[in-house]
Amino acid sequence: MSTAAEVNIDQDVHHDEHHDYEQSFISKYIFTTDHKMIGKQFLITGIMWGLIGVGMSVIFRLQLGFPEMDLGWLRPLLGGWISEQGKLDPEFYLALVTMHGTIMVFFVLTAGLSGTFSNYLIPLQIGARDMASGFMNMLSYWFFFLSSVVMMASIFIETGPAAGGWVVYPPLSALPQAIQGSGLGMTLWLVAMVFFIVSMLLGGINYITTVINLRTEGMSFSRLPLTIWAFFLTAVIGLLSFPVLFAAALLLVFDRSFGTSFYLSDIYIGGEALPNMGGSPILYQHLFWFLGHPEVYIVLLPALGITSEVIATNSRKPIFGYKAMIGSMLGITVLSFVVWAHHMFVSGLNPFLGSVFMFLTLIIAIPSAVKVFNYLTTLWKGNIIFTPATLFSIGLVSFFISGGLTGIFLGNSVIDIQLHDTYFVVAHFHLVMGSLSIFGLLAGVYHWFPKMFGRMMDEKLGHIHFWMTFIGVYMIFFPMHYIGIAGFPRRYYSWTNFDAFSSYTDLNMFVSVAAFVTVAAQFIFLFNFFYSMYRGKRAPQNPWRSNTLEWTAPIEPGHGNWPGEIPKVYRWPYDYSKPGAKEDFIPQHIPLSHTPESNLDHEVELAKKEVVDKTANAQSNA
Amino acid sequence: MFNLAIGLGVVLLLAILFLIFRISSLISVAKGNTNKIATSSNKINGALFMLFLIGGGFLFFWYSIKEFDNYNLPVASEHGSEYEFMFWITMAVTGVVFVLTQILLFYFSWKYQYKEDSKALFYPENNKLEVVWTFVPAVVLAILVFTGWRVWTDITAPAPENTNNIEIMGYQFAWGVRYPGLDGELGNSDYREIDATNNFGIDFNDKAAYDDFIPREMHIPKGEPVTFNIRARDVLHSVFAPHFRLKMDAVPGMPTTFTFTATKTTEEMREELNDPEFNYEIACTEICGRGHYSMKLTLIVDEPKEYREWYAEQESFLKRNPEYLTKVPNDLKEVALLKTGIDNKELD
Ligand code: HEM
Ligand SMILES: [Cu+2]
Ligand SMILES: [Cu+2]
Repeated sequence: MSTAAEVNIDQDVHHDEHHDYEQSFISKYIFTTDHKMIGKQFLITGIMWGLIGVGMSVIFRLQLGFPEMDLGWLRPLLGGWISEQGKLDPEFYLALVTMHGTIMVFFVLTAGLSGTFSNYLIPLQIGARDMASGFMNMLSYWFFFLSSVVMMASIFIETGPAAGGWVVYPPLSALPQAIQGSGLGMTLWLVAMVFFIVSMLLGGINYITTVINLRTEGMSFSRLPLTIWAFFLTAVIGLLSFPVLFAAALLLVFDRSFGTSFYLSDIYIGGEALPNMGGSPILYQHLFWFLGHPEVYIVLLPALGITSEVIATNSRKPIFGYKAMIGSMLGITVLSFVVWAHHMFVSGLNPFLGSVFMFLTLIIAIPSAVKVFNYLTTLWKGNIIFTPATLFSIGLVSFFISGGLTGIFLGNSVIDIQLHDTYFVVAHFHLVMGSLSIFGLLAGVYHWFPKMFGRMMDEKLGHIHFWMTFIGVYMIFFPMHYIGIAGFPRRYYSWTNFDAFSSYTDLNMFVSVAAFVTVAAQFIFLFNFFYSMYRGKRAPQNPWRSNTLEWTAPIEPGHGNWPGEIPKVYRWPYDYSKPGAKEDFIPQHIPLSHTPESNLDHEVELAKKEVVDKTANAQSNA
Repeated sequence: MFNLAIGLGVVLLLAILFLIFRISSLISVAKGNTNKIATSSNKINGALFMLFLIGGGFLFFWYSIKEFDNYNLPVASEHGSEYEFMFWITMAVTGVVFVLTQILLFYFSWKYQYKEDSKALFYPENNKLEVVWTFVPAVVLAILVFTGWRVWTDITAPAPENTNNIEIMGYQFAWGVRYPGLDGELGNSDYREIDATNNFGIDFNDKAAYDDFIPREMHIPKGEPVTFNIRARDVLHSVFAPHFRLKMDAVPGMPTTFTFTATKTTEEMREELNDPEFNYEIACTEICGRGHYSMKLTLIVDEPKEYREWYAEQESFLKRNPEYLTKVPNDLKEVALLKTGIDNKELD
C-alpha cells in the first residue's frame, strides 16, 4: 500500500541528488502522486464546481425573486427547459435545486475543502515527505474526476439531471414515472456518487494512515496543529459513514433496475399499481442520514480546523483551550453518528425515538458552544492582524453562532414540526454548513496561497471580497429565517398558489438581488486567485510569521517537501506572544533548549532532556 | 445590439477596475507599505466590524419588530400554543446568546486589532472557564430538552377514543380526503383496487367502507380532537397546515397520523384577521415532483353543529358510484345497501 511512501522515505538520505530530476508534464501535473499537486487539483476542480453550483443558484433565485420575469434570454443556455412563454420549467427548477445541493455539499465542500487542504497540509504540517500512499492518493483524485465527469454529463441529457432533492428520497428517485429526472439522470447521479464515495474512501484511508504513521520526530498527537486534528477526525467520520451511503445507493440501484422492493411498497402511479410490496422509504432515510448528518461535520470540521490555525496565527495568541478544542472535536465526531434521525422527526418515526434523538441532538450543541467560546477567548487581548484569511475566519465564527443557534430550534422535535422543510431550514444550513465551510475554504486559500504558489494574493482585493461576501451572505440568508417562520416551504417553484405564502415578494426580491451581488463579488476572488498565481508579489519564507512546519519548507517545495532532513518538532504549534520571547512567535522546530528566556516551568525540565540535532541548530540560527 | 452594448459596458468596467487595481498596488509598493506587518487597512477593517455590528444589529431588531405580525402566523390549534411557547422560549434563550456572542466577536476584533507597540496576552488555557462554559450550556439545553420533550409527548400522544378520524391521501399532485361516514370507522383500502374513480382504492370487502364519503371540500369541527390518517399513493408527500402547527409525512406503504384540536373556526379567523377571503390551507412539504408547489387543499373549520350538518348531508362513495356495488361480496350486499342509504328501487 505504501510503496510510494517507502520510496520517499528511502530518498530521505540522498534526496538532494534526486531533487532536480525532470518530470514529464503528465507525471507532474496530471497523473501526479505529489500530495501538493493533488491538493491543487482538488482545489481547482472544486472552484470550478463552485462556480457551476453558485451559477445554478442564480438561476433559481431569478425564478424566486422575479417570478414574472421573462427568462427567454436563458434559452441559449437551457434550451427546452425554458418554455415558449419564457418560464422556467418547474421540473427543471427541482433539478437545479438538486444539482446545486449535490454539487455544493459533495463536490465543493467535501472534495474541494477536505480534498484540497487534507492533501496539501497533512504532510507539510506533520513533517512528512508525502502521503502514505501517493498512488492511492492519485486514484482518489481521478475517481473524483470521473465522478465529476459523470455528474456533469447528467446535467446535459435530455431528461435532465436527478431532481428529487440532494437527498434523493425514494420512491420519487426510484420511479422515472414520477419525475423525468429519475430516469437516466438519476442513474448517472448514483454512478457518480459511487465513484465519489470510492474517491473519498481512498483519500480518507490515506489521511488517517499518514497522520498516524508519518509524523516527524517529536510531533506527538498533543503537538499536532488543530488543522491536522480536524482533517484526521473528518477522515475518520468519512470512513465510517460513506460506506453506509454506498449501501443506501446500492439498494436504490436494485430497486430501480432489478425489481427489488427495499424502499418501495403500495405504489400506484401512472395509472398502474406496481408489484412492489413490503419495502420502506423510511429505511432509505435512515441509511441516507446516517451518512447525511456526519456529512455536515465532514464539511464543517476542516473549516473549523483552518479557522483555529488562522485565528491563532493572526491574533498572535495561542489558541485558547487547545485540549478543549480537541476534546470538543472528538465529542462532535462521536455524537455526529447518533443524531441522524433529527432529520426525520415528522417522517412517521416513532415519537419515542424522536425524543431520544432530540436529546442527543441538543447534546452535540455543547461541544459546538465550547468551540465558539474558545474562539472568542482567543481573540480577546490578541493583537489581531486582519489578513483576508483572518477576516474570513472571524466571519466564519459569526456564521457558526448564527447558524448553530437556529440548530437548537430544529433539533427540538416540537419546533421542527413547524419548521421542517421550510426556508428556516434553508437559512440554517446555508449559514452553518454552506457559508461557514465556504469561508473556511476561502480562509484556507488566502492563508496558504503563498505556500501553494509561492506568491501572495492581493490583500486589498481580499478585503473587498470579504466584505462583499460577508454582508452579502447575511443579506441572502438572514431574511430566509423570517420567510421560514412564516411557513414558506422549500423546494417550491413558486408560492403564489397559497394565500398563506403570498406575502414577502419584496423580501424575496431583495434576497435575490443580494445573491447576485454576492455572486458577482466572487469574481474579484477568481481574478485575484489566477492573477496572483502568475503575477502576484513573491512570497517570503513565512509571510504570516506562523509556527507550523510547512513554513520551514522551501517557498516552493519540491517533491519530498524538504530538500534536506525533515525538521524535528520540539513544541506545540501555538507559542505565540510567549512572555520573554524575542519574537512574538516560536516555530515548532525550535528546540526548547534554545529559548530558555521564554520556557514555562514544565518546559524547563523538558529542555534539559532534549536531544537536539544539528539541523535544528542550523535552522534556528538562520 | 442591446446585448452587444451591455457586453461592451461590462468589458469597459472590468478594464477600469483592473486599472484601479494595478495603480493601487503600484502605489502601495511605492509607499513601502508592503513590508509592514499590518497595513493601514487594518484600522479600516476593525472599524468595519463595529459598523457591521451596529448596522446589522439595528436591521435585525428593526425588521424583527416591524414584521412581527407578518411572519408570525396566528395559531389555530390547541397544541399550537404549546408550540409557540416552546418556540419563543428557545428564541429568548438563543436570542440572548446570539446578541452577546456576536457583540463579543466583533467588539474583540475591533478592540484588539494590531497595534505596533502592544503584545498579545499569552493565555493558552483556563480549565475553570472551560468547565463553566461546558456546564452552563448543558444546563440550559437540558431545560430546553426537558420542556420540549414534555410538549412532544403531549402532541404525539395516542388519539383519544372520541377523535374524528379523517383520511388524507397525497398523490401527484393533489390531496384526497375520505371521511368514515356514519359508522365513524374508515374502511380498509388496498392500492391494487385503485382506478380512475376509486381514487383511494377502497376495499369493498370491508363493511366499514360502505358509508365512507369523499367530499369536495374538507371540513373539520372546532374544539374536538381530529386525527389525520395520512397516507400516500405514489411518492412521499407531507401534510403541512401552518396555522395548526401541524406537519406529518405521507409515506407510501406506511400510514401515519397526527391528532390535533382546532381552536378557531374559519369564520372566527376571518374576523380576527379582518380578511373575508381567509382560508386555512394545507400544503405539501416533501418534494414530490413537478407539481409539488401546487398541492393545495383548503380546509374549513366549522362549529361542531354546522360540521355535523355538513357531515350528514354527504353521500357515500358507493351511493355516488353504485357501479362499485359489483365489487361488494354477495353476502354483504344487504349491509352495503343499508349503510350507503341506497334504496333498492333506485338501483332498478
Ligand atoms: C450564492 C450562494 C447560494 C445561494 C443564493 C443559495 C440559495 C439556495 C436556495 C434558495 C435554496 C433552496 C431552493 C429551494 O428549496 O427551492 C438552496 C438549496 C440548497 N443549497 Fe444553496 N445557495 C447558495 C450556496 C450554497 C452553498 C455554499 C451550499 C453548501 C452547503 C449550499 C447548499 C444547498 C443545499 C444542500 C440545498 C438543498 C437542496 C435541496 O433542497 O435538495 N448552497 N440554495
Ligand atoms: Cu443532521
Ligand atoms: Cu410535494
